[in-house]
Amino acid sequence: MRRYFARKLLTYFLTFFVAVTLDWGIPRLMPGDPIAGLLSKFQLQPSSYAVLHSSYTRAFNLGEPLWRQYLDFWRALLHGSLGTSIYAYPDPVTTVIRHAVVFTLALLLPATVLSYLAGNKVGAIAARRKLLDDTVLPFSYVLTATPYQWLALLLAFVLASVAHVFPISGGFSYSLVPTLSWAFLWSLLTHWFLPFVTLFLVGFGGWAIGMRNLIIYELDADYAHFLESLGAPRRLVRKYAYKNARLPQLTGLALSLGTIVGGAVVTEIVFNYPGIGWLVLQAINSEDFFLLQGIFLFIIVGVLLANFVVDVVYVLVDPRTRIGLQEGTR
Amino acid sequence: MSLDVQNLVVAYRTLRGDVRAVDDVSFSVADGEIMGLAGESGCGKSTLGNSLVRLDRTMRCLGGRALLDGTELPLSDWDAMDDFRFKKVSLVPQYSMSALNPTRRIGKMISEVVRSRKIRYKDVLPELERRLRLVGLPTDVLAKYPIELSGGMKQRVVMVLTTLLDPSLLVADEVTSALDVSTQRAVGGMLVELRDMGIVTSTIVITHDLSVLVQVADSVVVMYAGKLVERAPTATVVDAPRHPYTKLLIASLPEVGVRYAEHVLAGIPGHPPSLLDPPKGCRFADRCPLASAECAVEPPLVELESGHFVACWKAS
Amino acid sequence: MSKDTTTTKDDTAAPTEEGNTAPRHELVYFALRNRKLVIGLSIVGLLGLAAIVAPFSARSNPDAFVGPPMQPPSSSYLLGTTYFGQDVYSQLVNGLRQSFLVGIMGGGIAFVVATAVGFTAGYRGGAVDEVLNMLTNVLLVIPTLALLIIVGGYLKGTSIVFEAMFVGATAWPWAARAIRAQTLSLVSRDFVGLARLSGVRSWRIVVGEVAPNMSSYLFLTFILLFGNAILISASYDFLGFGPPGGVSLGSMMNLAFAWNALQLHIWWWFVPPGVAIMGIVGGLYVTNVGLDEVFNPKLRSL
Repeated sequence: MRRYFARKLLTYFLTFFVAVTLDWGIPRLMPGDPIAGLLSKFQLQPSSYAVLHSSYTRAFNLGEPLWRQYLDFWRALLHGSLGTSIYAYPDPVTTVIRHAVVFTLALLLPATVLSYLAGNKVGAIAARRKLLDDTVLPFSYVLTATPYQWLALLLAFVLASVAHVFPISGGFSYSLVPTLSWAFLWSLLTHWFLPFVTLFLVGFGGWAIGMRNLIIYELDADYAHFLESLGAPRRLVRKYAYKNARLPQLTGLALSLGTIVGGAVVTEIVFNYPGIGWLVLQAINSEDFFLLQGIFLFIIVGVLLANFVVDVVYVLVDPRTRIGLQEGTR
Repeated sequence: MSLDVQNLVVAYRTLRGDVRAVDDVSFSVADGEIMGLAGESGCGKSTLGNSLVRLDRTMRCLGGRALLDGTELPLSDWDAMDDFRFKKVSLVPQYSMSALNPTRRIGKMISEVVRSRKIRYKDVLPELERRLRLVGLPTDVLAKYPIELSGGMKQRVVMVLTTLLDPSLLVADEVTSALDVSTQRAVGGMLVELRDMGIVTSTIVITHDLSVLVQVADSVVVMYAGKLVERAPTATVVDAPRHPYTKLLIASLPEVGVRYAEHVLAGIPGHPPSLLDPPKGCRFADRCPLASAECAVEPPLVELESGHFVACWKAS
Repeated sequence: MSKDTTTTKDDTAAPTEEGNTAPRHELVYFALRNRKLVIGLSIVGLLGLAAIVAPFSARSNPDAFVGPPMQPPSSSYLLGTTYFGQDVYSQLVNGLRQSFLVGIMGGGIAFVVATAVGFTAGYRGGAVDEVLNMLTNVLLVIPTLALLIIVGGYLKGTSIVFEAMFVGATAWPWAARAIRAQTLSLVSRDFVGLARLSGVRSWRIVVGEVAPNMSSYLFLTFILLFGNAILISASYDFLGFGPPGGVSLGSMMNLAFAWNALQLHIWWWFVPPGVAIMGIVGGLYVTNVGLDEVFNPKLRSL
């Protein structure tokens, strides 16, 4: 088990290192003067252009030799500094992100966990009932093939814009001041609901299909046939198949984290939900590159943490990783 | 009379029609007898043995019956067969190495299987532990996962489990082929011991490895292309086979350590016929050195002398 | 997303007593009988056809302002018009073309990288495997969309080719991992060992012995990569990183959203591109499962 985690952690540290390097390198690797490219998107007076150009050059440390810039980047990062946001000037990037992260987590965590659990359950049931299989499966394929942003648009249109059942945009009603009142909590909940449903539904389809197909494979495994030859009832065979099918599903969960985060980004944008994804749009629109770079690192760290959690769960579910004979089955 | 198989036909379905992997086969196995079932791969021996315990869902039993201690086994009725499986008929599968659920401790798995058959685990645990020791396994294998055991150990666990409830019939399907030679002998010895101790009443040992049969079997049934071609006591099959196929099979084996019929038999010209559309007469006629006109009619299985049956016009 | 649905279960699949090479016409028979495959292929085929005939069925410039703005679907504007009076139908079929192009190019590049990495890692083993495996795992964790955000932020407009290359460069890791696992299980079998012993060159073994034995698996992988590429590019374009001036399914949704189609109830602006993406990707997924059933006799039910 120790080797298993050592390997995982090594991968994660490497990933973090690569991510930071990319984060630092991409603006510098882009063809041409990155700052000129950046500023060309504004309509600027020549005088203010010069000021901005020099201040950006300073902020990016572009005057220094590359290795120096790189080390400084790490040093600032390790001190928790990601620069100052332009979009929310003069707040530091970390503060801006921290405010948004709460909303994103409130959306992502329940949507991911619940869709995973529900999808697995329903997929398992579908694997044993023909009728359910014929109905759930096509539905799941439709869901998993749906672009997040489109489902979000559709829900926003039908349930918010036309039916007025839910608010169409924002994290809470702007007429309310954030307090711990029922009215405010209710407002939070109603604004949270549609983005949550979007993320939940798309995820649900994928998990249901995955579980259903895996169980069908497992039911054809040798151990399943052996159980049958011992006259074990179908219930027991299915139980084993389900438990074993959870392992590749967990691997799948770790693999999909990136996609799920991407889905959250576009969903938040549709609903103007003030999380990380929405912040991405604001940063893009206001050419706030420190913010974008910060968000990138934040997402990476978040995904790494989530990966680690999945690893821990995997060890809890797969006894073989614990006895140390089979490291890195994933 | 322990097992009596009469005119059994088992087919698997394909697009181009039913493939009769076992075609009108009859034989019986006495109490306390270990019967070997031999033949090239694809001759239907495995299908025959497995169908007595677990008829694969892609297979159909198209005719005949099997009586165990006078009761007919409901071969095609999956649920009714469950009453017999494990308790009356049991199967040591070809895939013993992967037969145990990889994510369950062995003891836990056995307890769940036993309990699912409405038997209290506590009641069988002492016997289970006794038998594990009997086959030379420490009882703490029950606390282990399959991956912690060697191939031979897994094989023994599977054998102990399948025979735990003292079945009347044990079908052992190629139980030795995945093992090294010394382990093979040990497993063969176990089959004999299980019979000698009265744990298993009758045994069918399916193998392409005749040396195993020489070691353990009292009698041998030779199959070719879905048909039973010869049945006799082991010594007779080895020393005085009467069917040309059996003769070639035996003759093509090296003198010492009679092994791996399959590989050597590739030396006999020709291939077994397609079971989808088998030839009318004797199915071996194509490859048979003695074949003549009369072989266009299917030869009946005749008892040449007591206990020695042959299906060949040239044998009498 | 159902990346993991083609399980990497070992497919030593039932070489039945009949022999394991199913005749070609039998595969065709099973293919035609397989409802999933027929439905999936029909959807993808129809949409593909719509994309191909786009130049003949639609207006030559999908961006042209051809009529009154915000017209609901009618006989003169099949799918209505946009906020600016552009023809939605023309935009849709042109967007379909873009999506198919990105899917084929992006999925294709990812496929080439994935097979190269997967085969090399699985076949060579040892240190090469360790390094490639680590690389794969690292890239697997970095969310592509997040990466695009910083790349896209600094680029002055992209093109379809760039998008396809980006998708290709980022979408391969899971496929490489799956192919590596398959290669590993194949390499341990006798026939590869024999080829190795007889001194055949490595790449010849891979091309001659390993690849054909998993050709169906590779094909299924490509289909999934193809579908994923379309989904990813739709997200990029929705974020506004799409090729400027071009019409794609993702940028249609982007513009519809940006110009308040939700509030103005111009549903015909954003519904069709989503349906189209869903059709292609869902059709591909269903095709994938259908093909899996055709190739793998174990999954067929008679």
